[in-house]
Amino acid sequence: MRLRTTTAYGFLLPYLAIFAAFWLWPIVYSFYLSFMSTRRLPWSFNPGMTWGRIVQDPAFFNALGNTLTILLIQVPVMIALATVLAVLLNSRLLMAKGLLRFAFFAPVVIGEAAYAAVFRLMFNSEFGIVNKGMEAVGLPGIQWFGNPDAAMAVIIIAVTWRWVGYNAIIILSGLQSIPEDVYEAARLDNVSPRQQFLYITLPLLRPVILFCLVLSVIGSMQLFAEPYLITNQGGPGGATETLGLFLYRQGFLNLNFGYASAIAYTIAALAVAISLLNLWLGRERT
Amino acid sequence: MNMTNRSRFMNSLMLHAFLVPLAFLWLLPVYMMFVFSTMGDSAVFSHEILLWPGTRFLENLRDLETDTKFVRTLFNSIVVGLVYTVLSVALTAMAGWAIARYRFHGKLVILGLILGTMTLPFFVVVIPQFIMVARDFGLSNTWIALILPPLFNSLGVLFMRQAFSMLPEDLFEAARVEGVKEWQIFLYIGLPLARPMIAALSIILFLHSWNNYLWPLLITNDPAMMTAPVALGSLIGNTDVSWGSIMVGAVLLTAPMLAVFVFLQRYFLAGITAGAVK
Repeated sequence: MRLRTTTAYGFLLPYLAIFAAFWLWPIVYSFYLSFMSTRRLPWSFNPGMTWGRIVQDPAFFNALGNTLTILLIQVPVMIALATVLAVLLNSRLLMAKGLLRFAFFAPVVIGEAAYAAVFRLMFNSEFGIVNKGMEAVGLPGIQWFGNPDAAMAVIIIAVTWRWVGYNAIIILSGLQSIPEDVYEAARLDNVSPRQQFLYITLPLLRPVILFCLVLSVIGSMQLFAEPYLITNQGGPGGATETLGLFLYRQGFLNLNFGYASAIAYTIAALAVAISLLNLWLGRERT
Repeated sequence: MNMTNRSRFMNSLMLHAFLVPLAFLWLLPVYMMFVFSTMGDSAVFSHEILLWPGTRFLENLRDLETDTKFVRTLFNSIVVGLVYTVLSVALTAMAGWAIARYRFHGKLVILGLILGTMTLPFFVVVIPQFIMVARDFGLSNTWIALILPPLFNSLGVLFMRQAFSMLPEDLFEAARVEGVKEWQIFLYIGLPLARPMIAALSIILFLHSWNNYLWPLLITNDPAMMTAPVALGSLIGNTDVSWGSIMVGAVLLTAPMLAVFVFLQRYFLAGITAGAVK
């Protein structure tokens, strides 16, 4: 390839302009804002009101705890389910592929607003179909939105329902790129299917699973629409308020931009840290 | 270990006995969405488990329309989605082309920045974006505000870069020798060759725009300028609105995308997996 700097930037310019205006500049400005007290005009430099406040704000720690709870439960469960599902979907015996693809992918195609509406209705404690179903088999109905733990469970169920298919499809494509010869050789060596899965499939899937894991971590750290719409802005009483919802409240309801920026960078730092941790834990050990 | 026909059949049976009910369970919320949209309040609130559609879809639709201007918000979503997709494809195709086919100073920096955007949470940039658009430029409730900022999305760049990097260089060299200018090579040779990838990307981008919730929520408060998801969200929890009509809104919001998915599955899945399996 010849060096064509001017031409390249000619092509890049429109995208870079938008990129600079709506990504690069905001990153810098957001960092700057996180040190400013913005409760009153004029804004003043006062990191104590932002960073200083975060470390002792119980609402922040509540949101952090909720987010981490969701992260630690939902992400592993979902990835495990997605892997199992991908393996099953990879079977040569599979028929009804169209139905299955549609069933597990439709949740992603459906937007947040619509699926939040359905889940809110389905889990309604008086006339929701989940409680009706439970009562029909003799179990007592649960106060899904009145009980903090139950509300958390609804969020976890909803998010898992939404993303299992998406991750399964990605893992499936990873599975399909594993050459058949590897399994042939294993079969000839009398390796059982279970062992094949554990010692061949899983290690070869490691990069793909890590990719899904990192994406899921980043997504979970930012969860907003589900607690906002399903559990009615983080109810009951903030039991499902996630960091995303907390940031929204501080930044866009209280218009406290400085504090919200500090929160945003905290979320970012945590997301990066957890992702790096995952990548490090999942590294190839040779 | 040889698989006899009988054990193949047993395995197939077990596989499907597990997967098919699971698929139906997974589809239950989607199905209930359609069913609820056809029910009146008496059916929704009744103690029985009703799984069959009712007949009240049109009435619920009428209620929805009088309570909100939902059809208008659907129109907004369509316009925003289409314009966004066209612009985004244009911008990212050009950017992806440059990265894929040229060497230039600063290439690594640019690439690094773009990759970096995928890991940084949106929340870090949304506050300044809001301040800029709503406060400094006073562009709340405008088309520009809905369409322009989300264009920074870098998925398209990586996508297009992958698409263009697979094309043979000789083709372009031959054209250059003939005196064809770079932008013509891009427009008349590169783009057409990447058509399938562009189709897949367009669908992903349109879906992203269609379902976008947070940004339109922040930047519009005029019901006439909201996008459909935001309008729907504002109805949830509003006790004046019947659940049936909310579900009609949900159906109107999702049915088009589900239809697109059914007919264009290939492109959808190509889009998702291409980004992942680098």
